[in-house]
Amino acid sequence: MDSRLIGDRPRRSFAKRVERCGPGLLVAAALGAWEALARTGTISPTFFPPPSSIVTVLGRLLLEGEIAIHAGVTVARVLTGFALGAGPGLLLGLTMGASPRLRAQLDPLVAAAHPIPKIAVLPLILVIFGIGEFSKVVLAAVGAFFPMAISTMAGVRQISPIHFEVARSYGATRLRLFTRVVLPGSLPLALTGARLSVNVALMLTIAGELVAAQRGLGQMIWFAWQTFRIAEVYAGLVVISVIGIALNVILDRFSVWAMPWDTDSRTTAARYQF
Amino acid sequence: MRLECQRVSKTYEGPDGPLSVLEDVTFGIEDHEFVSIVGPSGCGKTTLLKLIARLIDPTTGRIAITGLDADGRPQSALVFQDHGLFPWMTVLDNVAFGLEMHGVSRPDRLDRASAFVERVGLAQFANSYPHQLSVGMQQRVGIVRAFVTDPPMLLMDEPFGALDSQIRIVLQEELLRIWRDQRQIVLFVTHDLDEAVRLSDRILVMTGRPGRICEEIPVPIARPRQLSRREPSEIAEIKWHVWELLQDEVRKSLWIPD
Repeated sequence: MDSRLIGDRPRRSFAKRVERCGPGLLVAAALGAWEALARTGTISPTFFPPPSSIVTVLGRLLLEGEIAIHAGVTVARVLTGFALGAGPGLLLGLTMGASPRLRAQLDPLVAAAHPIPKIAVLPLILVIFGIGEFSKVVLAAVGAFFPMAISTMAGVRQISPIHFEVARSYGATRLRLFTRVVLPGSLPLALTGARLSVNVALMLTIAGELVAAQRGLGQMIWFAWQTFRIAEVYAGLVVISVIGIALNVILDRFSVWAMPWDTDSRTTAARYQF
Repeated sequence: MRLECQRVSKTYEGPDGPLSVLEDVTFGIEDHEFVSIVGPSGCGKTTLLKLIARLIDPTTGRIAITGLDADGRPQSALVFQDHGLFPWMTVLDNVAFGLEMHGVSRPDRLDRASAFVERVGLAQFANSYPHQLSVGMQQRVGIVRAFVTDPPMLLMDEPFGALDSQIRIVLQEELLRIWRDQRQIVLFVTHDLDEAVRLSDRILVMTGRPGRICEEIPVPIARPRQLSRREPSEIAEIKWHVWELLQDEVRKSLWIPD
């Protein structure tokens, strides 16, 4: 029994080590397999160009500077759409959370509009706002609005009634109740909503660009597909993923800064070493 | 000053018709008095405190505070059973909350709050958040949050109910120590007979729902009382008397035949 215990030890620490660099290891293994399969022709390098050639293409596109312009246009649309959608979403979520009467009035409306795939609204948006820049931003904004509003409303509603009672027992005015209880109390879920929101904004911006745009990563990918430069399609996807990660890291950092009391956001950030 | 409750009743509109929680509750509390309320659970003790705190209105009856100099202080402050601290504020901001609501300037209120935080030995935790403290510390913060506003009347709703018995004794002593300096009216709801007898000048015993006051029992034991010493026989006697009054009510509230 003793010898088994001793024998177990190194294995356990090895497992722990694997666990620590697990995600990185998994990605590296998958990329390696992909590279090998594509180079030996087991999978078609036309549809699945080996990662090394995607990196080469990405490097070339970066050097030419064109992809940076597309990425810049996309990021600008995402951020504008996010601001235009999540801002009103936050306000509506707060008021709906705080006022049962307003909630009863508006909840059916939100529930009916939320499940509509926002991309299906694009034709309507194009008709109303034209095919210019604004329609892509509006699409992202419409998508960003709902998760923000719904999460924030849930955030206000999960505040313990005792906190309202404490505030009222000390004679809090409506304004102070809002700034000292409703706002900070709903912040954890509101920021979760912001995260969902910014991701939806990114998805819808790309989707809108696929359909109707002169520039942007979505348009770049679509054009690469039409001219059958598959490696460029992948390169575009890599850039989109990097943008997505960057936006999430920024929001995570912001959460840690804005909620020093919230250990959850701290430990999440620490776990991924942001 | 004096707190006066005259024939106070409270009825809630429940799903199965009206639910009478308090019925015809009448009592008075003089200045500097420490009064406990005991009664079976669900007898409306918390409702009574909320009525006095003016968080809710009585259905009938009158609650009056007389002889209060109107110098802008809050009339009363509530201490809640599970402390009710704001998790998003530091200990210091939590303690200063009552002052903030009354428009005391930030440097001023933080000064006063930190003096109280120091007094209960939590100076090094002033900038911590509630979740970083033990339950005992949290409840101390909850208590000084009420004391710092210097209200003429403190309403405490089973403030030590969730604590283990050792921490409870220490905090009871701490409460008496602060009260000795401040000398507010304290109205203290508890389910712990020991606690009621040890702390108060007078005990109001309530019946089960609808809650009424069935007896007022004075506790004529000299202060300062030493809580940790072996209890004198008069304490045991008072406790026995309260229990005799209560046991039927408690059984009734649990549907146990005697």
